[in-house]
Amino acid sequence: MSSADFEPTIIGFLCRWCSYTGADLAGTSRLKYPANMIPIKVMCSGRVDPSMVLRALADGADGVMVLGCHPGDCHYHEGNHKTMRRVPMLKTVLEQYGVDPARVRLEWVSASEGDRFAEVVSEFTEEIRALGPQKRTESVA
Amino acid sequence: MGENGKPKFAMYWAAGCGGCEIGVLDIQEALLDVADFFEIVFWPVAIDVKYKDVEAFEDDYIDLCLFNGGIRSDENKHLAELLRAKSKTLVAFGSCAHEGCIPGLGNQYSKEGIMDYAFGESPSTENPENHRPQTHYTMPEGDVEIPAMLDVLTPLDAVVDVDYYIPGCPPQAPQILEVMQAIMSGAELPPKGSVIGAGTKTVCDECPRERKEKKIKEFKRPGTAQPEPEECLLDQGFICLGPATRSGCGGLCVKANSPCRGCYGAPPNVEDQGAKMLSALSSVIDSSDPEEIEKIIGSLDDPLGTFYRFSLAKSSLRRLAK
Ligand code: SF4
Ligand code: FES
Repeated sequence: MSSADFEPTIIGFLCRWCSYTGADLAGTSRLKYPANMIPIKVMCSGRVDPSMVLRALADGADGVMVLGCHPGDCHYHEGNHKTMRRVPMLKTVLEQYGVDPARVRLEWVSASEGDRFAEVVSEFTEEIRALGPQKRTESVA
Repeated sequence: MGENGKPKFAMYWAAGCGGCEIGVLDIQEALLDVADFFEIVFWPVAIDVKYKDVEAFEDDYIDLCLFNGGIRSDENKHLAELLRAKSKTLVAFGSCAHEGCIPGLGNQYSKEGIMDYAFGESPSTENPENHRPQTHYTMPEGDVEIPAMLDVLTPLDAVVDVDYYIPGCPPQAPQILEVMQAIMSGAELPPKGSVIGAGTKTVCDECPRERKEKKIKEFKRPGTAQPEPEECLLDQGFICLGPATRSGCGGLCVKANSPCRGCYGAPPNVEDQGAKMLSALSSVIDSSDPEEIEKIIGSLDDPLGTFYRFSLAKSSLRRLAK
């Protein structure tokens, strides 16, 4: 498959308070961005267990984004501080296993940053397009 | 049941270290009751029965088969399939059969890479002609064959249907005994697919140490620092897999002043033990500064092998190709 006709599947975990609202704003502002990301609304980026990211990749995602409130703005105060430590640790483990850690990205998007939302999603989609599909082993029980 | 009315017992050792076999011996005198209750029909470590004898058994001939070790060769796979067909109850016994264990860590590397290291690069190897093991060899006396290595190691349930799992590296004697006594007393067994011979909580829940949920700035390793005996090891900066490990061992390692390594596998309702540990560890790192966080994470030695020491071959990672 040439990278030009590869449409990446991307799962995005968006915190309800900031990033999901930011995504809504991108929509109501009629900003254009690729339709590759399937958004999943979560209460907080701190709710995103690393096993959810791994499962997304194992079940068919080519890339996973975790989007949360900017540090200091988390609705639950420190939820995103946990995210800030989890995502890099998960990336370290993925890299050690031999999976490109660039397939997972953490970004902070506030409720008023519709433009930033469109920008990070576009950028990540292109990055994953360039990386190509995430290959899988035959699924075993 | 056979002519003598006794249920038939089998045990097999696939890709594992043999510790599970010793684990069974650890039930001590009770082993005599087991030997008396059952007729042992196949157990290569204990009695001389050949594969062809097993092949000649009728299907479901064996009442209880404890299968230890993972599936790493075509021989392991053949025996798994054979014993599945011949056994009424097939148990994945011990961490290797349950979730791959230490041999499963080999899945980080290609088969060729493993061979090259073992027969070439490793410091203790002298192999000037760079020989590699061959599965067939013709000698004057005739042809010899050894089993071929498979691409990856899988737990038992990746190749056959498994009735029960008994976790542990190895399963602990009191747990084995309890399972054997339950079976021998004719007690009703839990639903198929259950983990038996283990607890339903985490190792932390049964740990005698005092946990204060301290935050840490650096990780320590046994060998380079001496743990204090009463305080939670994680609080002290040692990576203890207690929060991500099923109870059942009785906290053997933590009681011996050594961090839990995770051999009983993920606790109930946890899908990926390594991800669970990584998540628990993220909660105790004392920093909200991305650069410092990178530095602290960078100080971890072999994070993949630490978080997934026993469960890599069963983790979500196994489904990702490199
Ligand atoms: S982390 Fe380890 S030492 Fe601490 S409570 Fe859990 S099992 Fe005990
Ligand atoms: S609520 Fe948005 S990151 Fe916690």
